Amino acid sequence: MMRVAGRRSPAASLAACPDCDLLQKLPSLAPGETARCLRCGAVLWRRPADSPTATLALVLAVGILLLIANTVPMLGLSIAGNTTLTTVIGGVLEMWREGRQETALLVLFAAVLAPALEVVLVLVVLFAVRQPPAPHWVGACLRAYERIREWSMIEIMLLGVLVALIKIAELATVIPGLALFVLGALVFLRAAMAAAFDPRAAWECIAWATDVSSPAAVTSEGEQ
Amino acid sequence: MSAAQLSDGAAGQAVEEEHEEAGLRRGQPVAALAVSASAHGLAGCETCGLVSRLPAHDRGNCPRCGEHLHGRRPASLERTWALVVTALILYLPANLLPVLNTLTPLGSETDTILQGVVELWSPTSWPLAIVVFLASITIPLGKLLALGYLLVSVQRGWVESGRQRIQLYRMIRFIGRWSMLDVFVDTFVVALVQLKPLMWVEPGPGVAFFAGVVVVTMIAVNSFDPRLIWDLPLRTSDDRA
Repeated sequence: MMRVAGRRSPAASLAACPDCDLLQKLPSLAPGETARCLRCGAVLWRRPADSPTATLALVLAVGILLLIANTVPMLGLSIAGNTTLTTVIGGVLEMWREGRQETALLVLFAAVLAPALEVVLVLVVLFAVRQPPAPHWVGACLRAYERIREWSMIEIMLLGVLVALIKIAELATVIPGLALFVLGALVFLRAAMAAAFDPRAAWECIAWATDVSSPAAVTSEGEQ
Repeated sequence: MSAAQLSDGAAGQAVEEEHEEAGLRRGQPVAALAVSASAHGLAGCETCGLVSRLPAHDRGNCPRCGEHLHGRRPASLERTWALVVTALILYLPANLLPVLNTLTPLGSETDTILQGVVELWSPTSWPLAIVVFLASITIPLGKLLALGYLLVSVQRGWVESGRQRIQLYRMIRFIGRWSMLDVFVDTFVVALVQLKPLMWVEPGPGVAFFAGVVVVTMIAVNSFDPRLIWDLPLRTSDDRA
């Protein structure tokens, strides 16, 4: 078990396309290269150009910006000398108070919790795989990261805020807050983080759930 | 691409032997054969990508990550149909019920999603109105129609236009999240316009239904197994049984 984790096994280079199930062998890619399915064109593996250290720096930057984006005011409204400010979480709370709890929870999840979890999970995985084999629970983090990604909707929220701004602009003076600009930066940094992180390489550094002598693993068949 | 060659490695050998059994040349590009993993009794783990041998009863666990391993997502067609129908039902109240109530001392005014788009239409902000219209009305409905088409195509056992159909699937998987746009718009309009007693905005019941449409359609897209598009009709009917 310890012998296998952390090195390239033959089965690791064998891939079944997730979109069409075509069986093919992955080439060894240079940094920045992408392997696509021969039949349907799905991306099978994209090897990031960034080094693990650069990736770690990116993830930390995203984490810090997320903290700022959720603590400082995002928008203000000024009418007849009165100014009200709101944060992202302030928006969620208002929705909750107005009796739309389920919608409030969805917004909280998509705009705050999912992006935060995404960063925490990547951080845990990146630190854990520095000394392979990483314990098996790291795999659970990696799995959760892949699941949560599509629910992390910072870029959509930002567009939603801009539309809300336009809608309100005719009623009162709208003051864009610092968080708005931080969120703008986050849209790009989050994309860079996702592109710099290589789940496939991380899986290779994580201990297996079952002993590889199990007949279920294709790898083990040739190795015995 | 050399990826096409199944050459070295234990797993590769195992697969090649089966090719030879079928009278095929050693090292022939897989593309020309178009063999799916399931045809070899293998399955790629949907979580970690490891290819391993499926147990005889077609269920098992991935030896690396421990996730359930299956040739095709279980009951993919039934689940996806059920979710598509659910989303269609939710789509009606989501569009007919108001999403925002604007209250002033003089009275109240309610807006549905479509009325919100119309109000946003102005000489300067019409591009945003188009974006909101696409995200809120076109994308959810288009996604449901596309899923319905894909489901029917799989159930009828179509073997052609696989590439077009997989591109359609990838498109709805990619743009589906953007339907959440209107939920965010409504949330921040409500959060900001709280100028009681002058003017304040409350969310209407339509928001919850609309959020439901977005969540259910996203789950529906994930429950559809795109690999079914490429399966031969025989294999597909086996899956459904």
